[in-house]
Amino acid sequence: MWTWFHKLASPPHFYALADKLIPWLSVPGYLLIAYGVYAGLFIAPEDYQQGDAFRIIYVHVPSAYLSMLAYMIMAIAGGIGLIWRMKLAHAVAASCAPLGASFTFLALATGSIWGRPMWGTWWEWGDPRLTSELILLFLYFGYMALRGAIDDTAKADKASAVLALVGAVNVPIIHFSVEWWSSLHQGPTLIKEGGPAIDPGMLYPLLAMIFGFSLVFGGMLLRRVRTEVLRRESRTRWVKDMMLQSQEG
Amino acid sequence: MNAADAMSPGLGSALAGMIKRDLLLAWKRPGDILNPLFFFAMVCTLFPLAVGPSVEQLEFAGPGVLWVAALLSMLLSLNSLFLSDFEDGSLEQLLVSPQPLVVLALGKTVAYWLTSGLPLVLLSPALAITFRMPADTIGVLMTTLALGTISLSLLGSIGAALTVGLHRGTALLSLLILPLAMPVLIFGARTVSLAAAGDVFSTGIYALAAYAVGALTLAPYATAAALRISNE
Repeated sequence: MWTWFHKLASPPHFYALADKLIPWLSVPGYLLIAYGVYAGLFIAPEDYQQGDAFRIIYVHVPSAYLSMLAYMIMAIAGGIGLIWRMKLAHAVAASCAPLGASFTFLALATGSIWGRPMWGTWWEWGDPRLTSELILLFLYFGYMALRGAIDDTAKADKASAVLALVGAVNVPIIHFSVEWWSSLHQGPTLIKEGGPAIDPGMLYPLLAMIFGFSLVFGGMLLRRVRTEVLRRESRTRWVKDMMLQSQEG
Repeated sequence: MNAADAMSPGLGSALAGMIKRDLLLAWKRPGDILNPLFFFAMVCTLFPLAVGPSVEQLEFAGPGVLWVAALLSMLLSLNSLFLSDFEDGSLEQLLVSPQPLVVLALGKTVAYWLTSGLPLVLLSPALAITFRMPADTIGVLMTTLALGTISLSLLGSIGAALTVGLHRGTALLSLLILPLAMPVLIFGARTVSLAAAGDVFSTGIYALAAYAVGALTLAPYATAAALRISNE
């Protein structure tokens, strides 16, 4: 039953699998994003309060969602790496951090750009989500700094996994504390009892963007993990064989 | 039961022994305790000098300033938590000792709190008075600082264990710990501000107490794991 798990953990097998998977994630992802961008910018109706400014949610919401998903993946992969000593999981965690940090930055930047016409300011300390997102960015920075400071890869993997797990326990607490600290944001409209309180013309492009971003993120992650695996396994036989083969072919 | 088990002391005496040893070490080097305290007092002095002596402003900023200063002062002393043990090799002795590393890590953290957190709590009223904090608010300040420094010591012990033996440890340690410490700062400073304004502040105290209990339960395991990783 666990053979697929062990097979997945073997770097050459994963390398070949990722090679096949990447186009299946990236192509539909980019198609969905293309539809979402077009429909979101041109077809979706104007918001009756926010006018055209709301359209930035088509980038903001998927980025914010992925910034948190990437941290979860990073922590879970780190945990798997610690518990089952699976090297591939550590490679996933290592590849996840810069991607997650980038999406966090994108979410902060788009939130700030949206805030300028809406709140009349680039930055609003009273907004709990913006503040938690900023703390999340700092968590990513800490994780990457710890990785960068340890020269030995195996040690860096384990130490950063512990940090990611401690961070993952803290993320809900940070969120709660910041929420308690202040609340001045419009409530969540997508997930609400009795269906979403959002016009379908606005919703479908948003869903397309969320799925599109997620698929593209998956593709990028696999590509990064593949490079990471190559870097880590650069002295092994299978990498040499593969390189020789690709030179001949 | 083999001979080693029969000879080794129980968990309680291992914990007590660890605390006693670290307290004794701290007693022999009083500078390590005093310097962070001076730092705490000086940061608290910087703010009125930078902002101006206006009473309303000082009353308003007081809780936040005291809390930020306490947090920074804890960070300053955190780096040395495992450093001397790492350098003279006694940390490796702890790793191979028959006692569980979790208990020993907890003992070290308790001793650390007694020598760095508790003095801050005891010094804080003197500084709070200079910020014109009313007497009953000072009680709240001391409670939040006591609970908060327990959490910070435990969180910090994880960071100190992860970075022990690394170059540029202090800056890295701050980068790791500060984002994790933000809930403690928020609950601590906000609770004191609420108390000073005469509002309901029990939520913050409960949250800080819950955080301290949670950290006391979980953090020693993370610290022990981190110590093993750092000493591989």
